[in-house]
Amino acid sequence: MAAVATCGTGAGSTGSMVAAGGKNNVTSFQRRGPRASGSDSSYSRLVSIAGTRPSVRNGQLLVSTGLPALDQLLGGGLAVGTVLLIEEDKYNIYSSLLFKYFLAEGIINGHTLLVASAKEDPADILQELPAPLLDDNVKKDFDEDACNHKTAESNIKMKIAWRYQLLPKMEAGPVSSSRFGHYYDASKKMPQELIEASKWHGFFSPEKSSSTLNIEPCSLTHGYIKLLQFIQNIIYEEGFDGSNPQKKQKNILRIGIQNLGSPLWGDDICCTENGNSHSLTKFLYVLRGLLRTSLSACMITMPTHLIQNKAIISRVTNLSDTVVGLESFIGSERETNPLYKDYHGLIHIRQIPRLNNLIYDVSDVKDLAFKLKKKLFTIEGWRGRSFPNLKI
Amino acid sequence: MFPELNNLLNTTPDRAEQGKLTLLCDANTDGSFLVHHFLSFYLKANCKVCFVALIQSFSHYNIVGQKLGVSLTVARECGQLVFLEGLKSSVDVFFRAQAEPHPLQFLREANAENLQPLYEFVREALKPVDDGEAAWRCPVLLVDDLSVLLSLGMGAVAVLDFIHYCRATVCWERKGNIVALVHDSGDTEDEENNILLNGLSHQSHLILRAEGLPTGFCRDVHGQLRILWRTPSQPTTQRDRSLTYQYKIQDKSVSFFAKGMSPAVL
Repeated sequence: MAAVATCGTGAGSTGSMVAAGGKNNVTSFQRRGPRASGSDSSYSRLVSIAGTRPSVRNGQLLVSTGLPALDQLLGGGLAVGTVLLIEEDKYNIYSSLLFKYFLAEGIINGHTLLVASAKEDPADILQELPAPLLDDNVKKDFDEDACNHKTAESNIKMKIAWRYQLLPKMEAGPVSSSRFGHYYDASKKMPQELIEASKWHGFFSPEKSSSTLNIEPCSLTHGYIKLLQFIQNIIYEEGFDGSNPQKKQKNILRIGIQNLGSPLWGDDICCTENGNSHSLTKFLYVLRGLLRTSLSACMITMPTHLIQNKAIISRVTNLSDTVVGLESFIGSERETNPLYKDYHGLIHIRQIPRLNNLIYDVSDVKDLAFKLKKKLFTIEGWRGRSFPNLKI
Repeated sequence: MFPELNNLLNTTPDRAEQGKLTLLCDANTDGSFLVHHFLSFYLKANCKVCFVALIQSFSHYNIVGQKLGVSLTVARECGQLVFLEGLKSSVDVFFRAQAEPHPLQFLREANAENLQPLYEFVREALKPVDDGEAAWRCPVLLVDDLSVLLSLGMGAVAVLDFIHYCRATVCWERKGNIVALVHDSGDTEDEENNILLNGLSHQSHLILRAEGLPTGFCRDVHGQLRILWRTPSQPTTQRDRSLTYQYKIQDKSVSFFAKGMSPAVL
């Protein structure tokens, strides 16, 4: 297991859930910085992957979900190697927006994307990503793709105050591209040149369903088997699992799967109560196995409000790491409730994983609502019974 | 292991009982701290442990184990711990046809009848060493968790059969222990899970049930633990002994206190 060296977190030894070659458990007292030999200094190179940071609590490598507010609610970000399940709102408006933020964050950070959908062509999804809010000063830095360089520089700068290096840099508004988590303008589209410069793989289920299977028919539906093979192929071919010594892949693979479980994937759990109850759960299990053994993070949106058999929802929750539910007010009686008049819906954080730890970071604020203003998606919460005044 | 929990259960690693089935279940909360407790408890008690870890990776248990004072890597290297990492093996089983039967072979099959390959794996792992000296005290099978097997296509009866076979071999034949975690789905109408949970409850000697507080989230009290001692083989007219405590999980330990006596309140 490659480890992320974090100075001064207090925990004895830290590790991340990534298998990239040998097993090193690096203690917190090891000096950071590039070594001369470079052969097994994998940990120092891991630290400088763009768009990631180690968790303050357990040294776990985190990536941003695309929404800094959601990152904070999840304890800093989405851990590499885990699954974030978004329970879709009724008309799939806001969940598809979160999906796009996740992908846009990957493009800004230079991560490789894998977009899987049964409804829309991944190329079309990428055309509709929101534009990042960058200010002009750092625009040319971004064009030079100087993210890694910048992080290395900031490493050198903080020699005396090295403890503070790990704290998230909280800046409001337009930000530079080297920080963790960016803000997006939902009213503008991502510039074409950024999309073209990014590396992405698309899986569009209707296109892939005709080819033959080379796996015994198990109880998985056809679409899921093809998707798993596709993901496993990409991970193996591009070296995200560290098995290929030729490919020195030190980048994150962001996997986004849209509307998993919907009938378009060939699954009937949304149509009938006695459908194939094991297909989706088996898929999630094998997917998680793939993620745990590679440098990747996955966001899945699932229309759980359509699933007829409630037992499947609880099984799916147990098989996912982080689960966030979205409930929009459209069409519900809460739309006219004066308490919610400024908001578009509620966010429920249903599950946060305890990775490498007995405890986890949990926010005290349990009642959270979101709103989509002209540009930004914001999350605010209530503490007690007072009106919302907590900006997260 | 958590010393306070040892006091509540009235055991220490030196005096661990044998031939017992312990059922861990959690409802509306995460009961995995109990799994970490028993794993480190039996490793410290010098028992040979076979850990079927279906839900998390090896490094997760290892890092938490180090906080509790055991090193899983050392235990695995010297043969005290046999670790089946479900997530990693599932990828191997699913994508590549295996030459010999694999414990998780049911992942590839459309209608797997039973968990026999998994049972064979456990039996092989906890085989007594034949070189004369008893290196380890008693064999222990630890499963985290059984509800995942239901999600992967096995029926409740198949899982109950598996536990039955394991009990016959591990508990009765080799005088060892079994500890298994099952999620209680509460009111989500998971029939198979209820069958499994009820069936195991009737066979267990000790049930530890971690529940979330009925009043919701609280920062100082993370949940409630119910401990139930049973004697399944002899029906008695006495009521089984049961205790209830509330707990708070900290970084390296769990503190237990009587209901309503949380230090934050007093």
